[in-house]
Amino acid sequence: MTIDAARGTPRGTVAESPPGLVQLLTPAGERVEHPDYEIDLTAEEIKGLYRDLVIVRRLDTEALALTRQGELAVWPSLRGQEAAQIGSARALLPGDMAFPSYREHGVAWCRGVDPVKVLGSYRGINHAGWDPRKHNLHLPTIVIGSQALHATGYAMGIQRDGAEDAVIVYFGDGATSEGDLNEAFVWSAVQNAPIVFFCQNNQWAISEPSERQSRIPLHRRADGFGFPGVRVDGNDVLACLAVTRKALDGARSGQGPTLVEAFTYRMGAHTTTDDPNRYRLQAEVEAWQLKDPVDRVRAYLLKSRTADQEFLDEVDAEAKEVGADLRRRCLELPDPELDELWDNVYVAEHPLLADERARFTSYLRSFDEVSR
Amino acid sequence: MGELRRFALPDVGEGLIEADIVKWHVRPGDAVEVNQTILEIETAKAVVELPCPFEGTVVELLVAEGTTVDVGVPLITVAVGGDVPSPPAETPPAPAPSEALSPVSPGTASAVAPAVAGTAPGRDRVPVLVGYGVKPGSTTRRPRRADAVEPEAVRPDAGTASRAKPPVRKLARDLGVDLAALTGTGPQGSVTRDDVRLAAAVAEAGPTVAEEDPRAERRVPVRGVRKHTAAAMVRSAFTAPHVTTWSQVDVTETTGLLAGLRDLADFADVRISPLLPVAKALLVAVRRNPLINSSWDEEAQEIVVKRHVNLGVAAATERGLIVPNVKDADTLPLPELARALAELAAMARAGRASPRDLSGGTITITNVGVFGVDGGTPILTPGESAILALGQIRDVPWVHEGEIKIRKVTTLALSFDHRVVDGELGSAVLREVGAMLENPTLMLAWA
Repeated sequence: MTIDAARGTPRGTVAESPPGLVQLLTPAGERVEHPDYEIDLTAEEIKGLYRDLVIVRRLDTEALALTRQGELAVWPSLRGQEAAQIGSARALLPGDMAFPSYREHGVAWCRGVDPVKVLGSYRGINHAGWDPRKHNLHLPTIVIGSQALHATGYAMGIQRDGAEDAVIVYFGDGATSEGDLNEAFVWSAVQNAPIVFFCQNNQWAISEPSERQSRIPLHRRADGFGFPGVRVDGNDVLACLAVTRKALDGARSGQGPTLVEAFTYRMGAHTTTDDPNRYRLQAEVEAWQLKDPVDRVRAYLLKSRTADQEFLDEVDAEAKEVGADLRRRCLELPDPELDELWDNVYVAEHPLLADERARFTSYLRSFDEVSR
Repeated sequence: MGELRRFALPDVGEGLIEADIVKWHVRPGDAVEVNQTILEIETAKAVVELPCPFEGTVVELLVAEGTTVDVGVPLITVAVGGDVPSPPAETPPAPAPSEALSPVSPGTASAVAPAVAGTAPGRDRVPVLVGYGVKPGSTTRRPRRADAVEPEAVRPDAGTASRAKPPVRKLARDLGVDLAALTGTGPQGSVTRDDVRLAAAVAEAGPTVAEEDPRAERRVPVRGVRKHTAAAMVRSAFTAPHVTTWSQVDVTETTGLLAGLRDLADFADVRISPLLPVAKALLVAVRRNPLINSSWDEEAQEIVVKRHVNLGVAAATERGLIVPNVKDADTLPLPELARALAELAAMARAGRASPRDLSGGTITITNVGVFGVDGGTPILTPGESAILALGQIRDVPWVHEGEIKIRKVTTLALSFDHRVVDGELGSAVLREVGAMLENPTLMLAWA
């Protein structure tokens, strides 16, 4: 349904699967073939992807509830984008480096980050909860698109080290309108940097629909910068895995950057401070509901007899337990020690910082002496 | 014996300070699970469902539907783990649900808040989000060495004395108010300046808390849909010069047509009301007279003629008058239009109409006949140029084909914005709608 564009009223279009979309698993759970992308996974691997999808969705639901209960200040829900995140992150090798934006809780899960550590910054107790070097996952970036430049620089570093790793950077459709993204495209193209630009096109940059941001499909932007772009069904975990894997292999083997546009949908609000009913149609949400990334894998597992109901029940039970555990540990998260502020500013000890820390510590101690 | 836990209104949207209590989903005695939806609230940003943080049994709902409460005010008491204990003796006075419209000021709920704070030990931390700063009152400063010699700290009654900052203590001394007799409303129960001033004012006024006079006027706070409606009506009535024209119409044939439609398979699953042919007739009339479906752009000094018709239908709901609209109603085949109208009504009644459904209307119908009246002079929906009122359909003696017969007759009234629409056009539209309802064949001929 469209409304008079001249009046500037929000428009919502119910997106059909666009042409040229790489898909290996249909919304109904049917395996289909694609001439350029193939994937051969064992039953255990597919079941593993399903487990990732279900658990990540459960973690997201729990964090959303914790926010509604005042335990987190804000939460950007990933609901609907599970397959794009799991598929792409499971394509990474341990040495690859990932740069997330702020919604990549599923990527953090795949990189082995304890889910409770993702909650720290949303609970206001730290600026970020994990060691980027330990997980090869950079810290969340709230500023839109700036991580693409950090990632490009990192990829150029890998290149100069002669290492065989690759970089993946996550961003949304809105970020493609930012200068930072386009600068990153220019640099990585001319440097032939080993990087995969992974765009989760969830159709809405907060309240701005993606068709208002680009005259052409986003993946075709890559043409102008001189590297390949591909559009993949972002709700198809198998296709996301296959497409990302091929792009990463290309990066590692000196073929430079690739832009992957994962065509998906943000089922929830932009964050808990947003009300999507104000700008988009329920019919659009319902149409995407039929393309759910989790449902189609479940349908495939049952139809192909790769897994039985018992397995599905086990995964559900495990997810429930993981969710309850996340809740318990979130509430137990200790307030930070204030002198941790100085811990990760410089690689090595710095005399000025050491002095500041000493003075601040002594200041803090002055409170202890009087409180009993 | 279970432990009593309270759930206080959180800031669910970065920096909100209050929310309206829309609807409780649980009642005392209900069992609740963690994350079960217990309550809907409406903030400045959205209607939000609140999930319960505890598993247990609901003991008490502490705030009433329709009230506005501050962030931090306890909403519900839940007995966690074990039997339901009787409410503790120190349960503070909080507005009970039955008191929704009693003359309790909306501020009362927040005034009692700090007295019942302390939901659970160690849970008084307030998350601070980078870039949004610290909420006023959410931080406290611990005493440090240099300040530790204040005599206050060693007062013999320090354990029971009210907490108050020195300037507040001085103010209390100046006004002759006994701090120990006050219950503070500041952070951690501390006494604030306002508490002291209030106590001084009360003392001055003397004991005035009289029995409530049952014949006293009742003051209902204006908020939510009522507030919105009032603002929209005032804006419309005082910016658009309204003119209303009337027409009495014999709709006997149209009511016969309705009976015929109901027998068709296309309409088997939808309830058809007289609103349907009226809507269709108006849509046809709009197509023949596009200027009626337009709006006045004051800023640009232009008349904006719409090429689409989003047909608004005024609906009386529990929450007040709302006008959701059927998008692109002019493109819908009749069965679809019937379905859209029925859905709109159901959605409005259930309170599910989203802001999206409520915005973007281009012309409106209001069915005042459902209230049992013959007609009215409707006020335009802001931004539109015409609104059609449909009165009740009554059996009346009527001259039909030269004879007095009992016919089904209704009254139509069309209000229009005289800046945009002249009497000639307004009358033409009303006349055409009436003609189509009198003789439905015309509807077919003109459609």
